[in-house]
Amino acid sequence: MRNTEPLLRVEHLRVEVPTRRGTLVAVDDVSFDIAPGEVLGVVGESGAGKSLTGAAIIGLLEPPLRIAGGRIALGSTRIDNLPYEAMRRIRGKEIGAIFQDPLTSLNPLYAIGYQLVETIRTHLDLGPAEARARALSLLREVGISGADERIDHYPHQFSGGMRQRVVIALALAANPRLIIADEPTTALDVSIQAQIIALLKRLGRDHGTAIMLVTHDMGVIAETAHRVAVMYAGRIVEIGPARSIVDRPSHPYTIGMMASIPRTAGQRGRLQQIDGTMPRLNAIPPGCSFNPRCTKAIDRCRRERPELMPVKETETACWQYATVAEAASA
Amino acid sequence: MVSSLAAQSGWWSRAVDSDLMWSFRRSPVTLAATVVAVVIIGSALMAPLIAPHDPYDLASLSLLNATDPPAWLHDGNWSYLLGTDNQGRDVLSTIFYGTRLSLLVGCSAVFLALLLGVTLGLLAGWRGGIADTLIMRVADVQLSFPAILIALLIDGVAHSVLPREIQTRITLYVLIAAIALSYWVHFARTVRGSTMVERNKEYIQAARVIGVHPARIVIGHLLPNVIGPVLVIATINLATAILTEATLSFLGVGLPPTEPSLGTLIRIGNDYLLSGDWWISVFPGIVLALLILSVNLLGDWLRDAFNPKLR
Amino acid sequence: MPERDVLVEVNDLMRHFDVSPPALERLLQGKPRAAVKALDGVTFSIRRGETFSLVGESGCGKTTVARCIVGLYRPTAGNIVFDGVDLSRLKQRKTMAPLRRRMQMIFQDPYASLNPRWRVRKIVAEPLVAHGLIADKAQLRSRVGELLEQVRLAPADGDKFPHEFSGGQRQRISIARALAANPEFLVCDEPTSALDVSVQAQILNLMKDLQRRLRLTYLFISHNLAVIYQISDRIGVMYLGRLVEIAAADQLFAAPRHPYTRLLLETIPRLDPPDGPLSEREPVAGEVPNPIDPPPGCAFHPRCPHANDRCRQERPSLFAASGTLVACHAVQEGRVSVG
Repeated sequence: MRNTEPLLRVEHLRVEVPTRRGTLVAVDDVSFDIAPGEVLGVVGESGAGKSLTGAAIIGLLEPPLRIAGGRIALGSTRIDNLPYEAMRRIRGKEIGAIFQDPLTSLNPLYAIGYQLVETIRTHLDLGPAEARARALSLLREVGISGADERIDHYPHQFSGGMRQRVVIALALAANPRLIIADEPTTALDVSIQAQIIALLKRLGRDHGTAIMLVTHDMGVIAETAHRVAVMYAGRIVEIGPARSIVDRPSHPYTIGMMASIPRTAGQRGRLQQIDGTMPRLNAIPPGCSFNPRCTKAIDRCRRERPELMPVKETETACWQYATVAEAASA
Repeated sequence: MVSSLAAQSGWWSRAVDSDLMWSFRRSPVTLAATVVAVVIIGSALMAPLIAPHDPYDLASLSLLNATDPPAWLHDGNWSYLLGTDNQGRDVLSTIFYGTRLSLLVGCSAVFLALLLGVTLGLLAGWRGGIADTLIMRVADVQLSFPAILIALLIDGVAHSVLPREIQTRITLYVLIAAIALSYWVHFARTVRGSTMVERNKEYIQAARVIGVHPARIVIGHLLPNVIGPVLVIATINLATAILTEATLSFLGVGLPPTEPSLGTLIRIGNDYLLSGDWWISVFPGIVLALLILSVNLLGDWLRDAFNPKLR
Repeated sequence: MPERDVLVEVNDLMRHFDVSPPALERLLQGKPRAAVKALDGVTFSIRRGETFSLVGESGCGKTTVARCIVGLYRPTAGNIVFDGVDLSRLKQRKTMAPLRRRMQMIFQDPYASLNPRWRVRKIVAEPLVAHGLIADKAQLRSRVGELLEQVRLAPADGDKFPHEFSGGQRQRISIARALAANPEFLVCDEPTSALDVSVQAQILNLMKDLQRRLRLTYLFISHNLAVIYQISDRIGVMYLGRLVEIAAADQLFAAPRHPYTRLLLETIPRLDPPDGPLSEREPVAGEVPNPIDPPPGCAFHPRCPHANDRCRQERPSLFAASGTLVACHAVQEGRVSVG
């Protein structure tokens, strides 16, 4: 059990988007914590709501998307209801962000040194020379060789992997306590992915930074995360230690997903598949949203929405474990 | 059978129900602009039906009625609601007929410019190479001249080259051609840019791999996807074209004074402005301004609506 | 006439892209012409009915190979032979058309490979219309319905637009379109890279089923080694425009020979890492060099632990080594232990 105070607390987060056909719920009653130095992997298909959860935390939800309920707290400060200016100060200083495409995260017109120094001086009270020194040390820390020279280079002079390292340096510039990384390695080559993953883990360890790692790549999760939350149709269906989720998943969706991942050893040929597709936001079935595709669905699944309950090593939202959980808590 | 009927009527219900219409109904400015535009254009189109007099019928004009002020003023006459001009034409009727002419010239010019510009733009963007360089250099050269100048040039050349007899008959066509030729460049450039972007997209490559004839690819695949911005430009250019015609008429090289457009009327009235017969310029001027403004606002809305929603 | 065993042959294929600075700059500043050698002499063959995969990181040229074969790019040198016919000999669109019909392509991006303004019906029917295979409208409609059912969609889906479908469903539509004119050979350019893992499994299974039923030959391009392992019969590993190893799938993964292949297999994030998590393994450093200025000799030598002088000067060519083809001096000279 983790015995440190959680750094980030998300409680019953609800994100809605009003459309002319009604209000759609994109993130539904999502709760989780992240402790300092911990890497929480948030995994799920496109449209499951994982990126929106990250965006809600960092305050970058694009209207008409909006937080419609719940509470987000960073340390002892509540951050979901802050006015724009206050959130802007927190963003960058306390929370850093890494997005998928390193090409668009950096301004192509300015040298990376300039962008780093600008971020540093916005959040930390440092003079230009000190800021530059800090920028240099950040670049070295993320593994950019020849930092003294390359600090004045432009983004296009870096390769994809190097650019992503610069983006990580930018995210770290003001020494944030939390980093939201949204698919940070998806656009990179395999051998570079490995380097970036190693870097993120090391930084979390050395600086005590908590990381929320959003991705659909279970391989990256297995290598990097301490705990994993599996999202489906806007809800968390299973959450627990990474190794448990990967090796001994409980929720039928997690089981199906893990089984459908191709491996590089063992039997070749047909892959396991889950039939059907994740429901669209305007067509979420009643009861458990996974029930139409679930091989184990019972009547209760079609009527009642399950909440997360402790099952074996993880917490799972699935009715087939109801008796197990009830017996355990009895 | 039933499903195909439903699919056909589906087009209309889809259009009405679409996000485009929804954003339209939500914007009060656009609605107001549409109302104004519809009123002006509608009355212009129905000019023969609703105009109290026929300003082009020279026989019905009488100099005795010249420069009468609007009806509600001291010397006014209620059969000439907004007064008369120096020839005795009813200003109100002339506004109706004149707007009709302005619209005719404006729409035809823009339509021609669109045809020419889109064709050349597609050609330049799709083929690249020499065709592109040639077309774009011509466009660049032409862009360095103001549109009015080009229109004046073409107009002037036509007048000096063509024999007198047919000049008056084809003045209208020369005018339309002149304006069209000065505006094709905007369309060509936009379409060329969009074509070059779309050309590398995978659905175009898929069509090439399938073995579709290049002409079919350009017309069937490319064109529908690049036409969006063109429609927006066309709307805004319509306003400018009307203004250009007005300017040319004002300068005296547009439509003949026997068939005045809004611009001609403003020009005529200009001479009388300082002597106190203000209505000959002011009323057509207001109508022209309203027309241009509403068409521009509609164009603005179109551009915004095309952006994220209609994809 | 018996069917040829080898359906597609690629011989010494080269494709260069000219990236020279503009003529004026070259004149005034004396800058030389520059070219990206996207393909630098690639040779392989694909047997009828098999799935041959090309794997490598970005910039290795695998997508360029696919596009050259399918006719989107003209090779700078080398040739492609399809069912005994040398494609470089055919210049006119008309003569190429029947051959083009027999090879089709599936693209990576399910969102960009379908015309957003066309109905699905029209999209799937396009090859039939373009080659004039079915004239009768009713027959066309029914054939489109068949094709949609073949990829496990409903015939009624033909009336919808692409944006009404998810990524996986759009990819099915792409497959339906590619199969419309009954091709024999499908080039699949990263067909599942943009899809989620559970959708990927559905599409890969579908493709395998279709291959069996319709006797298709696949050229499969991907950077995902696990997918490649599952679906391929034979695999070609590419690096910087060259083929460095060709082997049967089992063999490549069990006993990779080329140092680059080994690097690839070591660095993929694993669900059950045998030697512990990657961060503890400290992956090999370095990145793929600039394709405009590739290293002399063997392109991989700057990152290779076994590089010697010969590697730095002489470009290795593919040679046969216990059932596989490898382009590596170190392997040839026996300096690398297999295992």
